[in-house]
Amino acid sequence: MLHTVNKSPFDKNSLKTCLSHSLKDSDILLIEDGVYGAIKDSAMSGDIEKALTDRKIYVLESDIKARGIDSSRLVQGVAIVDYGGFVELAASNDRVQSWL
Amino acid sequence: MSTVKKFMYVNRHAPYGSIYALEGLEVVLIGAAFDQDCCMAFIDDGVFQLVKGQDSSASGMKNFSPTYRALGDYEVTRLYVEKESLMERGLTKSDLMELTYEDEDDDWAEKPSIQIVERSELGRLMEEQDVLLNF
Repeated sequence: MLHTVNKSPFDKNSLKTCLSHSLKDSDILLIEDGVYGAIKDSAMSGDIEKALTDRKIYVLESDIKARGIDSSRLVQGVAIVDYGGFVELAASNDRVQSWL
Repeated sequence: MSTVKKFMYVNRHAPYGSIYALEGLEVVLIGAAFDQDCCMAFIDDGVFQLVKGQDSSASGMKNFSPTYRALGDYEVTRLYVEKESLMERGLTKSDLMELTYEDEDDDWAEKPSIQIVERSELGRLMEEQDVLLNF
């Protein structure tokens, strides 16, 4: 299953809840303010690192760029995808769950 | 005969501070009207939607909590409430409305719709669905 999260984890608990309910091998794509969740050395980065051991985490390139987040600031292991990559994730997973 | 899909409506927001809860409830009823296999999950602040004794009259907002009682008539008979979310908010099952449905497939008895489930179980239930709609 593909999970998308579009809220900052420092404002809403959407990402935390997504991480605690997604199963192993899930794809998790952070979009819009959700990309703030992938910044390293944050209060959230430990949860991201833990999730990366059995799930894949992606951020949408245009959303990190818009927010001035350089790829070097991301937790190691988080992958960057463009809109085409977003479409591929949506197509390669049988279902999508959007955490709001 | 069209295919029946398994729908889960995941509710994560408290009832009056935003429109999520009311809209979620309306969309469940639409899904049920199209004879889909619908269930609901209540996690995080979503558990506040089911608290009994809601009275929004002084706030001028519509109290839509009685609508949850109609879910059984629409054959929405499974309301999964996350145990950890209740505990984190100082709530227990006794703080929730008593929601029931009439079991047409078995003995026509009134049975409870609310099931308290653990977080890990809910993750598994989500994986069983064909469609997940979050509110």
